[in-house]
Amino acid sequence: MALEVNGKSYEVDEEGYLANLNEWNPEVAAALAASDDAELTESHWEVINFLREYYEEYQIAPAVRVLTKAIGKRLGKDKGNSKYLYELFPYGPAKQACKYAGLPKPTGCV
Amino acid sequence: MSVTKKFVYINRKAPYGTVYALESLEVVLIGAAFEQEVQLVFVDDGVYQLTKGQSTEGVGMKNFSKTYAALGDYDVNQIYVDEQSLKERGLSMDDLQALTYEDEDDDWAEKSSMQLVNREQLAALIGDADVLLNF
Repeated sequence: MALEVNGKSYEVDEEGYLANLNEWNPEVAAALAASDDAELTESHWEVINFLREYYEEYQIAPAVRVLTKAIGKRLGKDKGNSKYLYELFPYGPAKQACKYAGLPKPTGCV
Repeated sequence: MSVTKKFVYINRKAPYGTVYALESLEVVLIGAAFEQEVQLVFVDDGVYQLTKGQSTEGVGMKNFSKTYAALGDYDVNQIYVDEQSLKERGLSMDDLQALTYEDEDDDWAEKSSMQLVNREQLAALIGDADVLLNF
């Protein structure tokens, strides 16, 4: 499968995850979100950027519990809870946010 | 209330060449969601899994050594390294990554997750396990 963004083709798997992490750019993130009928706001970008940094440092996408705790620490307690994150990413914060961030699907988590 | 069990993961093999080290790490990370007591043991060639400065360009495998540093985030902070295995390989704790965690009950102070153990301590640790997983 492939995703077309600005005339360039990006390979994605059957669930829409980007095949090659290095091909990611913000336009691709927006296009991945658009294919889920979602629009990315500043709040979404905070989480997406956090995930990309986390992956860069640790080479994994964090489990949702770890993500929640880390977001709370980085962005404040009002954001470090599953209610806030599920409102932003109703298909599961780690799963959906990782998809837009161009990361592999997190192993065994929502 | 569910019962908390003590899970001991024994890591015996070098990081690349077989998939054991990576599989063990993934099981640990997934298993962390169940909030059990988790202890990791690195023994024999398993001590190489924690060495600093790994490069996998030549072997064509993902360098997952950076992922060990995330263990603290997953509340996995009891990591035991066998002293004799290090010595036999001419290594010391200085050759290994310094894994840490932030103690929630102590104002998020950063603390070391690593402990050097001798064979006697290792035997006691294994004897104490409810669930033993060998990789």
